[in-house]
Amino acid sequence: MSLSPVEGVALAEIESDGGMGEPAAKGVVGRSPGQLAWLRLRRDRTAVVSGVLLVFFMVLGLSAPLIEVVYGVGPREQFQNLLDGFGMPLGYAGGVTGDHWFGLEPGLGRDIFIRLIYGLRTSLFIAFAAALITATIGIGLGALAGYLGGWLDAVINWITDLTLAMPFLIIALALTPTITLRFYGERGQVSSAFGVGVLIAVFAIFGWTSTARLVRGQVIALREREFVEAAKASGAGLGHIIFRQLLPNIWAPILVSFSLAVPQFITSEAALSFIGVGLSDETPSFGRMIYDSLDFLQTDPAYVFFPGITIFALVFAFNLFGDALRDALDPKSSR
Amino acid sequence: MSRFLIKRLFSATLTLFAVSVLTFLMFFALPRDPVSSICSKNCNPERLERVRDDLGLNDPLVSQYAGYMKGIVTGRDLGSAQGGRCDAPCLGWSYVTNEAVSDTIARVLPVTLSIVIPAAILWLLLGVGLGMVSALRRGTWLDRAAIGFSLTGASLQLYFVGAVLLLVFVYNLRLLPVPSYTSLFDNPARWASGLVLAWVALAFLFSAIYARLSRAQMLETLSEDFVRTARAKGLAKPKVYGRHALRAAITPVVTIAGLDVGGALGGTVITETTFGIQGLGRTAVDAVRSGDLPTIMATVLIAAVFVVLANVLVDLLYAAIDPRVRLR
Repeated sequence: MSLSPVEGVALAEIESDGGMGEPAAKGVVGRSPGQLAWLRLRRDRTAVVSGVLLVFFMVLGLSAPLIEVVYGVGPREQFQNLLDGFGMPLGYAGGVTGDHWFGLEPGLGRDIFIRLIYGLRTSLFIAFAAALITATIGIGLGALAGYLGGWLDAVINWITDLTLAMPFLIIALALTPTITLRFYGERGQVSSAFGVGVLIAVFAIFGWTSTARLVRGQVIALREREFVEAAKASGAGLGHIIFRQLLPNIWAPILVSFSLAVPQFITSEAALSFIGVGLSDETPSFGRMIYDSLDFLQTDPAYVFFPGITIFALVFAFNLFGDALRDALDPKSSR
Repeated sequence: MSRFLIKRLFSATLTLFAVSVLTFLMFFALPRDPVSSICSKNCNPERLERVRDDLGLNDPLVSQYAGYMKGIVTGRDLGSAQGGRCDAPCLGWSYVTNEAVSDTIARVLPVTLSIVIPAAILWLLLGVGLGMVSALRRGTWLDRAAIGFSLTGASLQLYFVGAVLLLVFVYNLRLLPVPSYTSLFDNPARWASGLVLAWVALAFLFSAIYARLSRAQMLETLSEDFVRTARAKGLAKPKVYGRHALRAAITPVVTIAGLDVGGALGGTVITETTFGIQGLGRTAVDAVRSGDLPTIMATVLIAAVFVVLANVLVDLLYAAIDPRVRLR
């Protein structure tokens, strides 16, 4: 399976939007397309709700150490005294109490709530970093391929095809331990920052294709237009044409694809942890928690549900927001 | 058309070649000695050396690669420790499972096919159907329900949906047996009941995307002039929507479907892990964990073949759906 099917769809949907940049202002006041989009976004109830939810999640993740202090429980603390003889949490719904809002992990007896908060931080950081890097690579390669065309276009296209043909999960599964071994040797203690870095690198290698295709298509549509010709005629260099003339015209679809790429990397990070690569048990992460919890599906379903629902809510909010953003940036949309 | 096809096939072959070289380099550049992981305890240095020799690990990389490729095309003779003669699609011998890799693949490939093909049919029907209905009934509760369904599906994780399905249908209601694979030809009922949860989970997650995409495409097509013309000249609604509009709206759906099905055939790693079914994906994961190089190579190659073939197929389908492509 490639990263996620969402990327392809996002691409197709964005491309189907057709041309953009025609100002849709009908009122007396002149407004830039950006202002118009912002107005539409603010008027859209879904966008506001999902946007607020996203900000809430981000604040939660960023302030994880602060929450730990207020909440009074750390992510690595174990509460064996609250487990029964079989290592199952005492009480209802996986040991939910006033002290442990989401209950305890069976076995080790760690607090699920604070681990989720730290997991949120890890996942968001990885997803944003990966989305930024892949967007940069994708924009660069896509713009070059689209604008210059010829053999460079053919080569970049072929590399894109090649990247898509590699089974992402299997390669990532094989590659991650290899990279780690190279740096740490057989017995080295792997730091969690390094694990996060390797994950981001793996995403960067595989994740840039959709942005590259999107940007390439848009650039091809624009490169024969008069304003590009005018820039060329007045002696503009390659950098100026790409960054000053072409990219400002296609930032809308890029922004939408970025906002849809973030949840996709959250999902992929979880999927990788789920098949056992990715982060060590020391670093709390969503996928890792779900993977560990599946063994307790029958005995402690609450343990499966808390991480599952949280990750769903996060990805759902991102997808809603991405959709709303697309509507707001689309001059043809009626909203 | 035929020139286009030849060009396409040529680039597909080139891609496969590059995938095989890359995979080869990647895995043979592993710092971990693949042999020592095969026999961890009771291995003396001589045996290790012999195994290394049998695997051809002492030869230069290029000749190792050439030997591997020759094995796939014409078959080759492996040492007696590796089951002797290895016939045409020879993918090597696995010291971990002690069988020819092609035998392993032949065993697990039908499992993945049985998961993916019915699931793909289900998700395409469900997704495109929902998308069409919600586009035709735009703004009604049906449309909103379909959008909600698709957004939910797109945001859910397969292992979470799988876990819930398992919990409800297998452990609590006991309506279905624990997922497992039985050959379709041995016992069709057990085949279906053992895999239906995997189909449903996959279809729910994937159809969501198709519903969104085909809804957006359909809405755009419905506002086109040719649809109005078709209605104006007196064609019945079902014919206009089913024939004219759907055909124009479906091309991007075909692209995504090709990528998805191709990718899924290469191993539904997450699905197989969630439901505990041993298909291509789980075999690949196991192979990576145990450092079983020949099996890793084979699974990656097969996955790449599926993706590349699916891409070629999509191009052909394009030509079939959209006559303009044929003229080019």
